[in-house]
Amino acid sequence: MDPKIKRNYALNGAAVLLLVGALFWSKGNLDGYKIQIMNLIAVNIILALSLNLIYGFTGLFSLGHAGFMAIGAYTCSLLILPATYKQTMFLLQAPIWPFSVMHAPFFVAVIAAGLAATFFGFLIGLPVLRLGGDYLGIATLGFAEIIRVLANNMPRVTNGALGLKGIPSYSNLWWNYGWCLLTLYVIIRLVRSNFGNVLKAIRDDEVAARAMGINTFRYRLTSFTIGAFFAGVGGALLASLLTTIDPRMFIFTLTFNVLMIVVTGGLGSITGTILAGIVITVLLEWLRFVENPITFAGMTVPGIPGMRMVVFSLALLFIILFRHQGIMGRREFSWDWLFGLFRKRREA
Amino acid sequence: MSLAMFVQHLLNGLTLGSLYALIAIGYTMVYGILRLINFAHGEIFMLGAYFVFWGVTLFRLPWFIAVIGAIAVTSFAGIIVDRVAYKPLRNAPRISALISAIGVSFFLQNFAIVVFSAIPREVQRPAWLVKVIIVGKVRILPLTLVVPALSFVLMMGLLYVVYKTKPGLGMRAISRDIETSRLMGVPVNRIIALTFGMGSALAAASGIMWALRYPQLQPVMGVIPGFKAFIAAVFGGIGSIQGAVIGGLILGLMEIMIVAFMPSLAGFRDAFAFILLIIILLIMPTGLMGEKLEDKV
Repeated sequence: MDPKIKRNYALNGAAVLLLVGALFWSKGNLDGYKIQIMNLIAVNIILALSLNLIYGFTGLFSLGHAGFMAIGAYTCSLLILPATYKQTMFLLQAPIWPFSVMHAPFFVAVIAAGLAATFFGFLIGLPVLRLGGDYLGIATLGFAEIIRVLANNMPRVTNGALGLKGIPSYSNLWWNYGWCLLTLYVIIRLVRSNFGNVLKAIRDDEVAARAMGINTFRYRLTSFTIGAFFAGVGGALLASLLTTIDPRMFIFTLTFNVLMIVVTGGLGSITGTILAGIVITVLLEWLRFVENPITFAGMTVPGIPGMRMVVFSLALLFIILFRHQGIMGRREFSWDWLFGLFRKRREA
Repeated sequence: MSLAMFVQHLLNGLTLGSLYALIAIGYTMVYGILRLINFAHGEIFMLGAYFVFWGVTLFRLPWFIAVIGAIAVTSFAGIIVDRVAYKPLRNAPRISALISAIGVSFFLQNFAIVVFSAIPREVQRPAWLVKVIIVGKVRILPLTLVVPALSFVLMMGLLYVVYKTKPGLGMRAISRDIETSRLMGVPVNRIIALTFGMGSALAAASGIMWALRYPQLQPVMGVIPGFKAFIAAVFGGIGSIQGAVIGGLILGLMEIMIVAFMPSLAGFRDAFAFILLIIILLIMPTGLMGEKLEDKV
C-alpha cells in the first residue's frame, strides 16, 4: 500500500479515537445543557450532510427535509414507545394496528425510520424529480407541508396535534456521534466514487451529462433517496433526544436551519458542512440569550422574542449576498493538504 | 345543500379566491420578469395588514387614509427588498436569489415578531362591512361583495397599466428578453422596481382585505396565503396575469367548496393546494395559460 494512504488511514483512526476520548471527557465533565448541544451538533451535521448530498453534490434544490425528518421521527417514536404507554397517551382515539403494538430496539427503530423516509423519498422523488431548479424546491416544500398536515389529521397514528410525549431518550452522545460518523463515512465514500462523479456532472451541467449517455433521472433519484434516508435517521435521533414531538415542530423553519448550515458551510463541501454544523448549532443556542431578560449593572433589559431568527436570517442574507460560496466553497480538508502546508512552509 | 347555502359558499369562495388572485399577480409578474419565486411576497402581504392596523389604532388615521398610506409604504418596502436582496444577485445562479428570498421572508417574519410581537391582534372592522344583509333566504356579508368588487377594480387597473401604458410595454418586453430590452433602451432597473412596487401594492391590498375578512393579525399570517397564491400562479401558468387571476379564483372556490361539501376533510384544507400543485407540475407544468418552457442549452 502507498505509504501516504497508510498514513491517512492511521490519522483517520487517530482522529476517531480522539473524538471518542473527547466524548468520554465531555460525558464526565460537562453539564446536561452542554451535552444536549453536543448531541444537537451531531444530529444537525447528519441532517446537513444529507441535504448537501442532495443539493450541494447533485444540484437538486430540495426543501423537503422537514417532511423526511417528520417521517423518521414518528416511525422511530412509534417503534420505541412501549405498547402499554401508547394506549394511555392516545387519549382521543386508540392507535390502530400495527402502530399500537409494534416495538423494536432503538438501533432497529432508527434504521426503520431511515427506511420509511427512503420509501417516501422514492415515492415523491419519482414524480417531482422530473422538475428542475426552483419548481423542485416548491414541490418538495409542498410535500413536507402535506406530511405535516397528515400528521396533524391522523390521530390514530400520530396522536394528531397533541403529538407524542415521553419518547424513551435512548439517543445519547454515543448513538448520535456513531450515526454521525457512519453518515460521514457513507457520504464521503459516495461522493468520491464514480457514482459521486456522475452526481457532480449532473450538478454542473445536466444537459451535457445526459448527452454523455447518463440516465440522469436514475442518479438524481438515487441521490435523493439516500439523502432522505439520512434525513429520516436524523429525525429519529432528534425525536429520541427531545422526547416529545408534534406536527408543529416540523414547519419550514426546520428545513431553513438545515439549509442555512449547508449554505454557510459551502455547497458541495463536506468539511464546510461539519464546520458550519458546529458553529450554527452553538450560535443558535447561544443567541437564546437575546430572547431572555438580561440583567446588566442592576438594570433588567427584557428579552426580545424573535430576535434570534432576525440575526440568523440576516446572517444568511449576508452570506448569500457577499460570500455565496460559504466558509469552504467546494474545498475539502484532507491530510495531504495539511502535510502539503507544512512542506511548503519548510521550503520557504 | 340548499341553494341559499350554495350562494353563500360561492360568495365566500369568490372572496377568498380574489384575495389569492391579488397576491398571485405579484408572484407571477416577478417570476415573469426575473424567473424568481419571491418568497417574501407573503410577508409583504402581512406588512400591509399590519400597517393599516397601526395607522388606525396608533395614529388614529381615518380608514381611507390609513389604507392608502399602508399600500404606499408596503409597495415601497417591496422595492427596498428587491434593491437590497435580489438586485445584487441578478447575474448569480437562480437558486442563490431564491435562497436570498427565503432569507428575506424569515427576516420579515421575525422582524414583525420583534416589532409587532407574536401575540395575535384583533382587528376592529367598520360596522357596515359586517352587518349581514338578508336577500330572500341568502344571508350576505357585505364584505363578501366588496372584496371581489374592489379586487376586480384593482386588477383592471393593473391590466390597463401592463397593456396600455409605456412602462407596461417595458414590463412585457423585459419578460421576453431582459438583455435585448436593455439594448433597446428600456430602463430595466426602473421597470423592475415598478413591478415590485405594483405587485407589493396588490399584496398589501389583499392583506388589508384579508384582515377584514379574517379579523386577526399575526406575524406568520402571510405564510400559508403566500404559498397558496404561488400555487394559484403556477396553476394559472406562471408569468401570465390573467392566469394568476383565474388560478386564484379556482383555488379559492375549490377550497371553500371542498370543505362545504365534505366537512370531514376540513382538517386537510391546507394540504389540498399542495396536492394540486404537485399534480399540476406533473401533468401540465406550464399551467392553464402559460407559455411553453424549453430547456436552453
